Amino acid sequence: MRILLVDDEVEYLNILKKRMDRRGMDVTTAKSGSAAIAILRGNDFDVAVVDLKMEDMDGIEVLRIFKKMVPDMPVIILTGHGSQKAAREGMACGAFDYLIKPCDLSELLGKVREAAGKRPLGDGSHPPNS
Amino acid sequence: MRKNNSIRMDSSRYYHHLRRWLVGIIILVSVTPLLAISAIAGYQFRTAYRYKVLAHLSQVVDKHRANIDTFLNEKLADIQVLAETQGIPRLSDEAVLAELLHVLQSEHRGVFADLGLVDDQGVQVAYAGPFKLAQAVYGDAAWFKEAMESRFYISDVFLGLRGLPHFIVAVKKHWAGREWILRSTIDFMAFNELVENLRIGRTGLAFIINREGAFQTRPPAEMGEDAKLLTEWVWGNEVRGGKEILVPKTLAVEAWSPFNGAKPVVQSPPRVFSFTSQTLGGRALFVTAQLKEGDWALVVQQQKSDAYAIWYRTRNVSIAVLLLGSVAIVITSMFLARRTVQRISQSDTEKEMMTDRVIQAGKLASLGELAAGIAHEINNPVAIMVEESGWVEDLLEEPEFSGLRNVAEIRRALAQIKVQGVRCREITYKLLSFARKTDPTEKTVQLNDLVNEVAGLSEQRARFANVRVEKDLAGDLPLVRVSPSEMQQVILNLLNNAIDAIDPKAGGTVRIATRATEEGVVLDVSDTGQGIPEANLARIFDPFFTTKPVGKGTGLGLSICYGIIQKMSGKISVQSAVDAGTTFHITIPVAPGSPKGPPTA
Repeated sequence: MRILLVDDEVEYLNILKKRMDRRGMDVTTAKSGSAAIAILRGNDFDVAVVDLKMEDMDGIEVLRIFKKMVPDMPVIILTGHGSQKAAREGMACGAFDYLIKPCDLSELLGKVREAAGKRPLGDGSHPPNS
Repeated sequence: MRKNNSIRMDSSRYYHHLRRWLVGIIILVSVTPLLAISAIAGYQFRTAYRYKVLAHLSQVVDKHRANIDTFLNEKLADIQVLAETQGIPRLSDEAVLAELLHVLQSEHRGVFADLGLVDDQGVQVAYAGPFKLAQAVYGDAAWFKEAMESRFYISDVFLGLRGLPHFIVAVKKHWAGREWILRSTIDFMAFNELVENLRIGRTGLAFIINREGAFQTRPPAEMGEDAKLLTEWVWGNEVRGGKEILVPKTLAVEAWSPFNGAKPVVQSPPRVFSFTSQTLGGRALFVTAQLKEGDWALVVQQQKSDAYAIWYRTRNVSIAVLLLGSVAIVITSMFLARRTVQRISQSDTEKEMMTDRVIQAGKLASLGELAAGIAHEINNPVAIMVEESGWVEDLLEEPEFSGLRNVAEIRRALAQIKVQGVRCREITYKLLSFARKTDPTEKTVQLNDLVNEVAGLSEQRARFANVRVEKDLAGDLPLVRVSPSEMQQVILNLLNNAIDAIDPKAGGTVRIATRATEEGVVLDVSDTGQGIPEANLARIFDPFFTTKPVGKGTGLGLSICYGIIQKMSGKISVQSAVDAGTTFHITIPVAPGSPKGPPTA
């Protein structure tokens, strides 16, 4: 399963990638919104996990662009910002679900699997490269 | 009402001053014109009334003086007519004299007591009358000597030979080279009547006095020293021991000008004296008028209290009215000042409360921003810690660690790190919901969910306060259309109040129940606390009403709840018994589209 992790906390990205790799997942990390968009242009992912608050770009903004680029890729919001309001806003913009940091890895994986399972099957096409 | 105590102390002095100042101003403004008007009007009335009384007295005295003068002149004229018409030889005949006396007496109702002819040696040659005075010798008598010096003579009252008070009217006649005197005695009682009938008011009475201070009529019961003073005033040059009141000329009486004998005599107008009399018991008035060419004086004496009775009565009534009015003004001013200051202090207090509240709101807002920032800043590192510990857990599963001592202990520690991480997340979440602004957007919600959320938030607090929170939520509750955050605020407020009502030492139970009724969804929050006294029950929804200690309550909670429930077209009511507990009932209309009323099944 290909997963894109977007967060400006590099340490968090690294440890999460290690743990998910260990569980047999193909994890790509991006430490900023713009980096994530660049990666998404050339790659296909089953699920994206995005932080809401990043230095260069608002997570909601990243989410919108993701949705534009790959409308059927589920996006899970994982945020340290405790405000449910922002999370709900994300939901309104098409996020699959949201989780609040710190969360149990099993919880996150559960959500990721759930999201990936919901993705329409048999769609092997790659996202447009432009 | 809650208030900062130190501010209260300072302001209580300020309000005290303000009240005193108000009382002073009101009294000054109301009483001053009242006193001024009373004084001016009183003085004017007193002056006018006094002059009116004195003018009246003067007039009465002047008229009587004229009457008496006329009386004396008439008597003198009668005797003169006899002397001129009868001639001395006829008058020497006692029989003729007796007949003349009879005629005089019948015409004047016995004023003339007797009739006598006296020769120039003072021997009464003929006499007619009740006394045996024929051949009486008057040669040495004072009246005879004075009578011989003028054509007409009226004596002062004296006892004479007969030993009774009387006075003589005498006419001198020249005949046969000798002087003869025809004299008659005027009956004292008849003359006395002239002045005795003159009574004024309760104490006013009249008498006649001569230059020597001897009474010419029956004297008033007691005169003592007054008589001597009086003669000094009337005939002397200065007034000692009393004072003369000068009645303005416009009010004074024109002097009467009677004929005394043949020549007109200009009489001086009556004079008024005021003095303090021992014998009359207090201040008194003398109104005097000279008569009989200044030999005698007619005097009317009256107590001032009697003469000015109407003035005194008016004055006393006015003073009483003034006093009562002043008392009323003072009471009213105190009442008004108190009310005004109460209002001012109340509005000041409310203003301060509002200021406090604004400051409080400001503090909460900045705290909210801080909390939101902290939440994010803390959650990220905690998330890393939790994941790192998870990574350690992952690694522990590798074979080289199996069978190692303490692996179980390490796993326990890692699990604990995860648990504490989650706890951190909850704390930040609570911080945020505390700082969160309420959202008035209405939504269709299940009241039970809101109750559960709020009860969860208050759990910790309840535990600290030794309070057990019981929930009794109806399972099939219809949905309601409310602002969830506002509704939560209401429930939180009621719950906090209920917890506060319970003494932590004794502990107690708070019960939250929901049920469906005909009117809508009902939420009951009951406690086993101290209860609300009857007197406070009507005020608990008033803004700023609180019985909590200083700093513990704003007095706004229930009023905000009331406002919110009103806005939702709901109802909030309270039942309470002191020392038994309090129950708040909230009824909220069922949302449109949701099945109404209690389920029938």
